[in-house]
Amino acid sequence: MTTAAPSVVTVHVLLFASYADALGVDTLDLTLPAGSTVGTVIERLRALPGGDRLPLKPLCARNLAHAAAGDALVAGDQIAVLPPMAGG
Amino acid sequence: MDLITDRPIELAPLVASVQSPERGGVAVFLGQVRNHHEGRGVVGLEYSAYEPMAEAECARILAEARSRWGAAVALRHRIGALSVGDAAVAVVAASAHRESAFAACRYVIEEVKRRVPIWKREHYADGSLAWVDPTATLQRT
Repeated sequence: MTTAAPSVVTVHVLLFASYADALGVDTLDLTLPAGSTVGTVIERLRALPGGDRLPLKPLCARNLAHAAAGDALVAGDQIAVLPPMAGG
Repeated sequence: MDLITDRPIELAPLVASVQSPERGGVAVFLGQVRNHHEGRGVVGLEYSAYEPMAEAECARILAEARSRWGAAVALRHRIGALSVGDAAVAVVAASAHRESAFAACRYVIEEVKRRVPIWKREHYADGSLAWVDPTATLQRT
């Protein structure tokens, strides 16, 4: 018996600081087609109300480490969208 | 390890944590809340963080500094509400000689500012608030 590959992935998205203010939420789940990338998350976020205040290519992290827009998503990933850092 | 903390930073225990008889040079960087930003009066600020990643990224930076300079290094970054003059970040680095202590200390604070997901919202003297965007400052200057 074979199991068909899932056709979608659901990821948990975290928004911070000015980006959370822009979208009015700090967490949301997104269900995307299998094969989607970190960049797909950004495209979806930018289509939401207030999402046009996000840059085209914001810094992102996947599961607590810096990520590239082309990184493929795995179901259950935690994708954080990071405003310009201002520590120190 | 609590590299990110909501409690006041105490410098003396950090210094003590890197001292040893073979390390003759100890460099300290202390970042404090200043009362101005781009010509505006600042009365206080809030730091927020993506804490699990901030902890992990700080730990990676410290490991890099230890590996590159053979120095003992320690770091604390404060989050939450701070007043003018409060310590926001402290880095200490100890090594056999001053060159490597200074270099390791400088590396840690520069990488923290560049890589660690921490954000700062300033409270201005006129009552307004704003998230600080260091990249916008770079573009303006």
